[in-house]
Amino acid sequence: MEVSVQPEDFDTGAEIAALSAGDDGAGAVASFVGLVRHDGHVAAMTLEHYPGMTEAALTDIVAQAGQRWMLRRVRVIHRIGRLLPGERIVFVGVSSGHRGDAFAACEFIMDYLKTRAPFWKKEETPEGTRWVDARESDDHAARRWSDGMAG
Amino acid sequence: MTLKILYFAGLREAIGSGAENIELPAGIGTVGALRELLGRSHPELLSTKNLRAAVNQRMAGMDAPVADGDEVAFFPPVTGG
Repeated sequence: MEVSVQPEDFDTGAEIAALSAGDDGAGAVASFVGLVRHDGHVAAMTLEHYPGMTEAALTDIVAQAGQRWMLRRVRVIHRIGRLLPGERIVFVGVSSGHRGDAFAACEFIMDYLKTRAPFWKKEETPEGTRWVDARESDDHAARRWSDGMAG
Repeated sequence: MTLKILYFAGLREAIGSGAENIELPAGIGTVGALRELLGRSHPELLSTKNLRAAVNQRMAGMDAPVADGDEVAFFPPVTGG
C-alpha cells in the first residue's frame, strides 16, 4: 500500500509489473491511468493540492478499499503542478487473488479520490485561466458505493 | 491560543491569501460559525457554492467542532483525478 503525490511522471508499465512482482498469490492486477484530455482550447492545466491532507486522504481511501475487498497490493500516484494535454495525471493499481476484487477496488479508489482527495485543477485557455468546476456525476459515482448499488 | 486558517484554489485567489492565524473568539465552536465570522471580512467564504472544509486535515462538515490550535481549511469542491 503506497501513495505518492509528486510533480514527476511515472512509468505505467513498471508500476503495473511491481504490483505482482514476487507475489505468487496475485491472480489479478487492475489499473487505471488518468490523462489530461486534448480538449480544444485547453493549453495546459495546473494541479493544486493541500500538502499533508492529500497524502492522508489517499491513504485513508486505500485503507477503506482494503477493508472492502481482499487486496494484496495497492499503488496510487497523483501528479501535481503544470501538465500538458496527453500527460498522465493519476495512476491507481490494485493486485488481488481474483479479478473481481481488483476491478472493484480500482474503481472505488478512483471514485473516492475524485470527491475526497484535496486536489484542484486550473485550466489555461486563450481566454485566460479558470478553475475546473466539480461535476455532479463524480458525486453520484462515489455515492453508489455507500448506497448498496455496488461493492 | 490561535487557529490556523487555510484557503485553497479559487477561494485562495479570491481572498488573495492562502493562510492566516486568528484568535478564536468566545462563542465560536463550529466550522460553520467560523465560516460566518471569517465571512465578514472574506465574503467569498459565504458565496462559494458547496464550500468544503477540513479540520486538522480531515474533511469536516459545517457542524464539526473547532478548538484552540486546530488547523481549519476552506476550499471549493475538489477536482482531482
